Amino acid sequence: MTAQVEDHGLLRFLTCGSVDDGKSTLIGRLLFDTKTILADTLTAIERTSSKRGLTAVDLSLLTDGLQAEREQGITIDVAYRYFSTGTRKYIIADAPGHEQYTRNMVTAASTANLAIILIDARKGVLTQTRRHSYLAKLVGIPHVVVAVNKMDLVDYDQATYERIVAEYQAFAEQIGLDDVRFIPLSALVGDMIVDRGERLDWYQGPTLIDILEAAPAAHTEKAESFRFPVQYVCRPQASDNPELHDYRGFMGRVESGEIKVGDSVTVLPNGRTSKIKDIQLYGQSIGKAIHEQSVTVLLEDEIDISRGDMIVNSDEVPVQSKQVDAMVCWLSETPLSPARTYWLRHTTREVKAKVASISHRVDINSLANESAATLAMNDIARVTLKLAQPIFADNYEASRATGAFILIDESTNNTVGAGMIAS
Amino acid sequence: MSTLTKQTLSHLDWLESEAIHIMREVAGQCSNPVLLFSGGKDSICMLRIAEKAFRPGKFPFPLMHIDTGHNYKEVVEFRDKRATELGERLIVRSVEDSMKRGTVVLKHENESRNKHQSVTLLEAIEEFGFDACIGGARRDEEKARAKERIMSFRDEFGQWDPKNQRPELWNLYNARSHKGENIRAFPISNWTEMDVWQYIEREGLELPSIYFAHTRPVVMRQGAIVPVNVPLMSGELTNLPKAGEEIIDLQVRFRTVGDISCTAPVESDADTVEKIVIETATTTITERGATRLDDQTSDASMEQRKKEGYF
Repeated sequence: MTAQVEDHGLLRFLTCGSVDDGKSTLIGRLLFDTKTILADTLTAIERTSSKRGLTAVDLSLLTDGLQAEREQGITIDVAYRYFSTGTRKYIIADAPGHEQYTRNMVTAASTANLAIILIDARKGVLTQTRRHSYLAKLVGIPHVVVAVNKMDLVDYDQATYERIVAEYQAFAEQIGLDDVRFIPLSALVGDMIVDRGERLDWYQGPTLIDILEAAPAAHTEKAESFRFPVQYVCRPQASDNPELHDYRGFMGRVESGEIKVGDSVTVLPNGRTSKIKDIQLYGQSIGKAIHEQSVTVLLEDEIDISRGDMIVNSDEVPVQSKQVDAMVCWLSETPLSPARTYWLRHTTREVKAKVASISHRVDINSLANESAATLAMNDIARVTLKLAQPIFADNYEASRATGAFILIDESTNNTVGAGMIAS
Repeated sequence: MSTLTKQTLSHLDWLESEAIHIMREVAGQCSNPVLLFSGGKDSICMLRIAEKAFRPGKFPFPLMHIDTGHNYKEVVEFRDKRATELGERLIVRSVEDSMKRGTVVLKHENESRNKHQSVTLLEAIEEFGFDACIGGARRDEEKARAKERIMSFRDEFGQWDPKNQRPELWNLYNARSHKGENIRAFPISNWTEMDVWQYIEREGLELPSIYFAHTRPVVMRQGAIVPVNVPLMSGELTNLPKAGEEIIDLQVRFRTVGDISCTAPVESDADTVEKIVIETATTTITERGATRLDDQTSDASMEQRKKEGYF
């Protein structure tokens, strides 16, 4: 046995918070306490802190990115931060808390498996907290950590913490968030982030970093159906190697489930069936491939397959449909126009789409449904779309990668909508 | 084994798989992409990822290097050797040709040519009609990069508009562009310097010799180690010491390589990849902070260069 350090994979998480709840300080603290921040960066933020007349180093400056953000003291866009504990690598998606919040949070949440929702201990559960939680649920983040921050400003009072926990729990049940954990902390002082500190003795649970270290890396622990959207077809006919003249490799990433040599598969849209002959990575046969693995698949039979087709497990074939019902988040400053045609990209497939109807829009503050004729930026609505060709759709809750799509404006090529398939 | 959780990829396998997926998306969505290859460590990883993405086929894109004419000889030689080994086409376009055309004008003879690569790159994009450039930039390198998309849209002047980026959700990348516009694709956006070195170690990738500890003449200039009397491909020496500077022989290695005028080495005795991994884990200075003289001019210099079409 080698003395190699265990690799617990990679965890992508999102921090949600509004202005002044200490989100940037929390991220700064995580980076600082895991020794990710190096001396020259620290020197630079010390310099900036004193330039701004601050007496202590402002860890939130670590997450300031662009010139305009530094000038205005706000965050404009989602930023990605990295740290590692030696056993696990982390990618933080840091979404800003002000205007355009929905759009940014949905973007950041789409790749996250865990969300840290920050609550200011002095303020308790706010409308914003509910909004963040609703979006976390909508985008299908499986694990939520509610961090009650600024405990130092309420004298580390246990009763305050427990009141917030009870209030949040009631709300979480209402929207159907099931895996929620709570932790009291002070990002500013550093209590309960990586070190426990000395003032939260009444809290016996794990520190924030312990929670992150133990969180499952997989998006779901449930068995999922095998889905393999074909990205690229490898046919090296002109190769000098005659063995490759009949080579037909289907290249893609296992977006859901897993597959092994010999499994029966169905190819969509043509519906032909075959068996997996080989699964290769860089010339080696690897026998099986798991979720999120990029491989090349070879089939027993010669079937005409191109980009945009999907290879699936023959026992669990998804529905082919020219109509989808979805929750759509509108991302563009130009409102959705029911008169226009958009490109809809679902896995590697791109089809033309048009809005058939908007069933309702969700007021994300009250969570009430309201009627809508169009959608403006940051709106979330239940929409029915008509498609020019079928897609092979799964329900988003059952399979994130094959239940999601984006809408693209035909004239500007901008990404204008994000959809989560409901049926 | 009742507590068995679902099998997931190790962090390096996950990063590699994501990068392969991104490269295949570029190949699938764009009609005429190119992979930027400098001979540096990040682009060396990119070549291995391209091999994993497309072998046994050929790469669906050529390789291209924008040569400032002030690159380390060891790196240029390595670049050519690697392209030949792979049997892939390498295009080289040079900042010196742009200078001859008059499209690049240096403020003074010794000005760093690094930022002028943007002009030559845009000229090459136009010459070949590339609709996508695949590059090895990483978000952890610099704070403007931390906010850049994996598929980053550039207008017909090659400009990046940080406040008006396309939203990027799940792994549904939008690489659409109109003629004359361009996508910059960054498959290893989510890698850190440490990930790169761990990947080089795991894959046993060969590197130009100057990444490893070696002795070379340097001077100390404003706190940075500046290599002097560096031989160019032509045999000519560049980075001559200024009057009164004391030349010392120092054991150093490079953490990044680029234009000679703006890349500085660090003191090190790490002469194997294994030792570099350990040194990277314990270093106290960031990659660009230690070594990129061009990023230190102002807090926003990378952002500024990117807005002007820089890679």
